[in-house]
Amino acid sequence: MSNAIISVEDLGKRYRITHQGERQRYIALRDVIMEKARNMFRSSKGGNRGLSSTREDFWALRNVSFDVKHGEVVGIIGRNGAGKSTLLKILSRITEPTEGRVWLRGRVASLLEVGTGFHPELTGRENIFLNGAILGMSKAEIKSKFDEIVAFAEVEKFLDTPVKRYSSGMYVRLAFAVAAHLEPEILIVDEVLAVGDAKFQKKCMGKMQDVARGGRTILFVSHNMGAIMALCSRAVWLDAGKCKMIGPAQDVGNTYLSSSAIETQRRLDLAAISRAGANGSQARIVAIEWLDGVPLQHGRPTRVKLEIAFTASVHDVRVGLGFSTMDGTRVGTYDSNANPTDLFSVGKPGIWAFELQIDTLPLNPGLYSIDVGCNSSEEHGLDYLKGAGSVEVISGPNTPAHYFGKESAVRLHGVWNMNPVNHEIPEQDVVDFKGHS
Amino acid sequence: MTELLLEPGRVEKNYWRDLWRYRELFYFLAWRDILVRYKQTVIGVAWAVIKPLLTTVVFTFVFSKLGKFPSPPGVPYFLLVLAANLPWQFFSTAMSESSNSLVSNANLISKIYFPRLIVPAGSVITSFVDFLITVGLMAIMMACFHFLPDWRVFIAPLFVLLAFGAAFGIGLWLCALNVEYRDFRHIVPFLVQFGFFLSPVGYSSARVPIVWQWHGLDIPLRLLYSLNPMVGVIDGFRWALLRGQTDLWWPAILMSCCFVVFLCYSGIWYFRRMERTFADII
Repeated sequence: MSNAIISVEDLGKRYRITHQGERQRYIALRDVIMEKARNMFRSSKGGNRGLSSTREDFWALRNVSFDVKHGEVVGIIGRNGAGKSTLLKILSRITEPTEGRVWLRGRVASLLEVGTGFHPELTGRENIFLNGAILGMSKAEIKSKFDEIVAFAEVEKFLDTPVKRYSSGMYVRLAFAVAAHLEPEILIVDEVLAVGDAKFQKKCMGKMQDVARGGRTILFVSHNMGAIMALCSRAVWLDAGKCKMIGPAQDVGNTYLSSSAIETQRRLDLAAISRAGANGSQARIVAIEWLDGVPLQHGRPTRVKLEIAFTASVHDVRVGLGFSTMDGTRVGTYDSNANPTDLFSVGKPGIWAFELQIDTLPLNPGLYSIDVGCNSSEEHGLDYLKGAGSVEVISGPNTPAHYFGKESAVRLHGVWNMNPVNHEIPEQDVVDFKGHS
Repeated sequence: MTELLLEPGRVEKNYWRDLWRYRELFYFLAWRDILVRYKQTVIGVAWAVIKPLLTTVVFTFVFSKLGKFPSPPGVPYFLLVLAANLPWQFFSTAMSESSNSLVSNANLISKIYFPRLIVPAGSVITSFVDFLITVGLMAIMMACFHFLPDWRVFIAPLFVLLAFGAAFGIGLWLCALNVEYRDFRHIVPFLVQFGFFLSPVGYSSARVPIVWQWHGLDIPLRLLYSLNPMVGVIDGFRWALLRGQTDLWWPAILMSCCFVVFLCYSGIWYFRRMERTFADII
């Protein structure tokens, strides 16, 4: 315990939330008048309007315990509403715990929101001083770091215009620049890196890494698992106010990711989803079923079944199943006419099952959106659903721990060979790793 | 290395040390408020002078010409009113601004840690800066009337301190109450208006009888009247600035002083008690 710069012991935070009672049916005018009179005299505190209200205890955090050692970078992950921001608020001394205790053995500076204290009427220069002072820097400190801050934010030209005239990107850059130059012993950061363009995000991450390397203790909340796994050595997973898992960032991150996409079901019923235009009238895709279970496994044989209801007999039918990344980029499609003559013929109306066999699933681990479609050969669309559902792919038993292209969606298959090339390298061209000959 | 324990209900002994560490924030918040007030304005800083000047002109007309209130010998009524208007403006703006200060800084309170006492104190300081500007106005007007103060003017700062204490004490109570009960935002302007007539701004407090007969009871009216801390402040300020021509009733000053001390002490107590819930209910 003496080594830990932050010790959290059995922490709990309770909020009381009120519910307004059911509206009662007033049967007598007397009751109505009484209720109105009571409403008039009741103060507007809390907004309760005379109806029976109940209070409920909501524990935002309960029995949370962990330690952070000096110089560690710890990530805090969890779904929205898990209690991460509440935990940070308590550690930043903004709110008081209801139960438990926290030991802080260093000065804390927290960045819970970018641009707190910025006043739109003041200029960039004035806001740097104001924001710096609010975050805890002394006037002398701000003065000495002023040029660095301006250089980081890249707003030299606009230092003397009121901040209300800044673009949102400039605003965020300036706000982060001030906060990035804090030098506390413990730095608490709450999802503030999720702003700005890609170049700026890279800059912020770089700065955070510098701070971490400088030996400061950082507590970092983010939904960006890449950032968490890159920056943090350990992670805490909060779920509904409780500590679900504490351990190395990679492990906790992966466990969290594989558990969070649980909305993917083995069988997706699509009959009720509305279609655009004439889709779904002659033929309607009613279900997708992952015959080998979910989540799918990279590199394994996979079978998928599409159930399509036909109201008439149709010839020359093609079906297709497409996978897209969550941002909408189509990764690839399995379509049934591998050969131009491979077309199905639906003889009579009814529900038909179309089964797809994939020998090795090339999709890398991640969450994918599913598109399904069905056409007949005359370019005539029968049914099409974009984003019919989502499915998760996890590493398979044969998936290596490290390989190139892990962050791309698909792992392409090909075979590599190595052979010697009969070629003597002349003496003068031998170059060693340091570039000296 | 400083070790801090955060526990429910723990009274932080380091609070006053923290206040000292964050002392620059007093300056910065006041600086921000003053800057913002005068950005994009045309009248600007002159407004701090025009307001008391015009109100004094109106009060002089109403109370002296129409109401025929007397003024002590040798003292122009205008200066009598101005000498009272100055601390009153300071007090009323300080009270109104500090009562709303916490709520208007809600974004700071919910996102950043600093001793919350700085917020109402900062707004009192902002009003104080305006007050200093109006003192300049007073000096000019006294020169115009060829009315120069005597040695008593050096005692004026003590009364200013009293006004500061009064504004701070009441401000603390009001801002802490306003966080939980938002109706105080509407109550405060009413209190200010009410207080204006209860304070000897337009008239001299010598008009209030020391004892008042009411249904056979001797009511110490002047003493009760002096519960209003501004009575002591204004009386004292007038006495100091106007060569002691207005008389100073010491029981009133004492009463005001005691009440101000009580206000400040209780204000800080209540504020500190409610402080830990501010971030949750603001």
